[in-house]
Amino acid sequence: MIASSLSEAGRLLRAGDTTASALLEEALEAASRTEAQLHAFLTIDTEGAREMAGQADADLADGIDRGPLHGIPVALKDNMCTRGVETTAASQVLAGYIPPYDATVVSRLRSGGAVIMGKTNLDEFAMGSSTENSAYGTTYNPWDLSRVPGGSSGGSAAAVAAGSSLLAFGSDTGGSIRQPASLCGVVGMKPTYGTVSRYGLIAFASSLDQIGPFTRTVEDSALALSSIWGYDPLDSTSYPGAYPDPTAALDRGGDGLRIGVVTELSGEGFEPAVEAATADMVARLEKTGVEVIEVSLPTFEIALSAYYLIAPAEASSNLARFDGIRYGLRVDGSTTEELMARTRAEGFGPEVTRRILLGTYSLSAGYYDAFYGQAQRVRAAIQEDFARAYSQVDALVSPTSPTVAFEAGARTSDPLAMYLSDICNIPANLAGHPAISVPIGLDEAGLPIGFQVMAPALGEETMYRLAAEVERQAAFSLSPRALGAVS
Amino acid sequence: MSWEAVIGIEVHVELMTASKMFCGCAVEFGGEPNTRVCPTCLGLPGALPVTNRAAIESIMSIGLALGCEVSERSVFHRKNYFYADLPKNYQISQFDVPVCHDGHLDIEVDGETRRIGIERAHMEEDTGKSTHLGVGGRIQAAEGTLLDFNRSGVPLVEIVSRPDIRSATEARVYAQELRSVIAELGVSDVRLEEGSIRFDANVSIRPGEAEAYGTKVEIKNMNSFRSLERAVEYEIRRQTELVESGGVVVQETRHWDEEAGVTHSMRAKEGSSDYRYFTEPDLVPMVMSPEWVAQVGDRLPELPARRRARYLSQGLDVGAAGALSNLDGRLRAIYDEAVLAGAPAKAAANWLTGEVVGWLRKSGIAPEQLILGGHDLAELVSMVDGGAISSSAAKDVLDGVLSGEGSPREVAERRDLLQLSDTGALEAAVEQVLAANPKARDDLLAGEEKALGFLVGQVMKATQGRADPRAVNRILRDRVSS
Amino acid sequence: MPIEIDIAHVARLARLGLSDAEMESYKAQLGVILEHAARVQSLEGEPRIEAAHPLGLANAFREDRSLPSLDRDEVLAQAPVALDGYFVVPPALEIE
Repeated sequence: MIASSLSEAGRLLRAGDTTASALLEEALEAASRTEAQLHAFLTIDTEGAREMAGQADADLADGIDRGPLHGIPVALKDNMCTRGVETTAASQVLAGYIPPYDATVVSRLRSGGAVIMGKTNLDEFAMGSSTENSAYGTTYNPWDLSRVPGGSSGGSAAAVAAGSSLLAFGSDTGGSIRQPASLCGVVGMKPTYGTVSRYGLIAFASSLDQIGPFTRTVEDSALALSSIWGYDPLDSTSYPGAYPDPTAALDRGGDGLRIGVVTELSGEGFEPAVEAATADMVARLEKTGVEVIEVSLPTFEIALSAYYLIAPAEASSNLARFDGIRYGLRVDGSTTEELMARTRAEGFGPEVTRRILLGTYSLSAGYYDAFYGQAQRVRAAIQEDFARAYSQVDALVSPTSPTVAFEAGARTSDPLAMYLSDICNIPANLAGHPAISVPIGLDEAGLPIGFQVMAPALGEETMYRLAAEVERQAAFSLSPRALGAVS
Repeated sequence: MSWEAVIGIEVHVELMTASKMFCGCAVEFGGEPNTRVCPTCLGLPGALPVTNRAAIESIMSIGLALGCEVSERSVFHRKNYFYADLPKNYQISQFDVPVCHDGHLDIEVDGETRRIGIERAHMEEDTGKSTHLGVGGRIQAAEGTLLDFNRSGVPLVEIVSRPDIRSATEARVYAQELRSVIAELGVSDVRLEEGSIRFDANVSIRPGEAEAYGTKVEIKNMNSFRSLERAVEYEIRRQTELVESGGVVVQETRHWDEEAGVTHSMRAKEGSSDYRYFTEPDLVPMVMSPEWVAQVGDRLPELPARRRARYLSQGLDVGAAGALSNLDGRLRAIYDEAVLAGAPAKAAANWLTGEVVGWLRKSGIAPEQLILGGHDLAELVSMVDGGAISSSAAKDVLDGVLSGEGSPREVAERRDLLQLSDTGALEAAVEQVLAANPKARDDLLAGEEKALGFLVGQVMKATQGRADPRAVNRILRDRVSS
Repeated sequence: MPIEIDIAHVARLARLGLSDAEMESYKAQLGVILEHAARVQSLEGEPRIEAAHPLGLANAFREDRSLPSLDRDEVLAQAPVALDGYFVVPPALEIE
């Protein structure tokens, strides 16, 4: 590879040792070489990307430097609206849909000189943990093509792992960036809720969704986040205050930090290799001067239950707009009622249908208080548990996922088993806190294991500081063997 | 058995903001379909709402004008239901913490003041418009519905009264008074015919002494104050007849048919609506600080009830005060100026509600373009009172002033309408006429009223109609008594 | 114990035109998922706060200025059926 990180690519570009066009061609070549096996992309916009790369090179030649992402090929999860480019959310209901506007994050990427190469595969409407719920076929794991890349942002994770992209963006509602990052051996993070604009992100669960980056390194992740986050007046939940600098403490090391190992995120359901790797990393961190204690957050036991009431409830409402009237799939009926019911029955896959039913039920008359209402109370209790924990420690750590990548088809007939993939990730979504997954090793079968660092709201500086140390200690090599030599 | 009607009115008011409730699309009436839409008001995937601050200030004004409490903290909720003109298939509305609550509106009916409670005023967004095509419409022999989302997302205030209204007349007066309060605030053009103000009524009946409420029926589709009154009247009668003949009132929504003069049951709903309200996660709470509320309160204009009371205190009777209060703001301003310039309140009010309004209607000119200052009106009135012109001539003078010919005095001179009221000249004219009409003079001195009228007429003739008939009358009477 | 739900009612509320077989299948799956979700009822005590935006945002407003709308052609290009500037649908039943 021309460059094995964003920051390296940036240096080479500015030194004149490479061009945006060269970087793009390399990415396109890697994608075309791997796509038949991986199916990470839904759309590759070769023409549009080449135009952007050309413009990026012209700008640099004219002395215009748009920032860390200038000239970098970028892939976007297909639930981010890109004007003029098909955006499907991996659903039949949006087959052929061309948004008339860009998501704010997409606008910022454009004005930052990034080269948008295409849209990546996901679980339909971001609902899933394996990308098997895509209406356009699943994505496979570059480390083992019989296994899933995780989800819902499986396409973006696989693209970065395979070298088709130095940078890809996904969205994380209940672990959908961190879990696939863990399963694919790349860095993936979810920012503090409200710091990255959701305008133009096709909504799954409004109070939980956040866009975040997949990268090969922790430094790249911090650079990417800095480039896209910030107040957006088009998003009412967007934070208008002061933002920390995610890159400020990358080299400071962990000495002086106090971290909590979450008691509840271990034990039954956690693969031995995962637990061993996690414990090993904690021990290494301790040796560098990090203080380690055990912290119990008892409400974590019911976080999954709360999430599977809140997220589907919001989703059932967010997805009501897909009715065959103004855009997307239409299945005709003799009345509008029939048209809507048929369109939605045909347009949505089973997982989406399940969650809409679940969400509708939990909000419905007679059930609201015991289900949705109670789930919000649990959410508040989780926020209280976190507050108590963060009065004792600077960061919380755990495995990112209880297991390594599982086989395609292994969990598709048991929804609950699939939902359990996210138990380590969901609490941070419910609290709106930032969290990152850093690859730390492989299991005996050569499958990646991820380590999760969680921090309080706006605690990205501390989170990245610790993540950088984890990365240094792990000395992980990103070389997914299933695809042959990549780097 | 005597029955008591129990009525509540729900009013929807479209606000006249520059932009929509949650996006920057313009708020206008009419225009080409689907030309004022954007991702947010069209419900495109990925779109988000952002609250229009001016709309919140408008609803605060409405609430304060109606004596409401403004909630210190208020949130939006999603009201979930599927309908073609609702782009997201949920409406952003308010559920249990509306912006305003617990107010009242006083109405005058048959000389009595009644206080109608107002439960709440909350903020929401309007829907798009559907036009139904019948067979033989533009779609070949097919039925269909055309959707225009220009109206989708327009700010809508819903005002819910308590069920304190007891008659169809009260319902109409409540609606009219509410409309004029909101018009006064300038936050909506409240045009019934354009749909910027809409009324629904909830009607039930109960035995005269009972405390429990009867089953209520919602009535929709009343497009004028008169039809509101008729519809409520009809529904009260319908329910009374139904119950008296052993039937039971069904809770439902009924549609008022203006032509037939009846309410029709709308198709029976399958079970009652379950809107699955939950707090809108795309918006954050609103905090209405006491300082903000005070700022809005300070900017409130004089409201109709207060204005009418002021007119009464200036000497107008109830009817005149009401009529003047309903005039366009420009005309009311002229009244205020005229009174300040010394005109008697009654006369000033009379001229405005009578002749000026009539002139506007005939000329088709808008009140803002009227050429009439308060001092002009005051001058006109004083000329009549002082006898410089007769009251019939005054109408011509007014016409001249309104047509831009100048001040009342200038017009009267130019149009030769000045009365002869100089006492000397009048007395001379009277003497001449008496001398020329001896029989009438004798009849007059004998006390015959008829002769008086005849002689006044003769003086008018002799002076080419310019004599002030009241002064002539006075002179003649003095002659009789002296 | 899996929870029994009135799947037909829920599907109707959500405007999902599912077949009888599909409804039976979802009913069973949802019963199991809801049983797990019902664990939220095991929460002891009441939290002292209400679940809220992590950064405590309030009063996010925009100024009342009108901005350009979308180009109608671009909008209607996505419409499944459009006519003379309108979106077209079959006649609606009464509102629910």
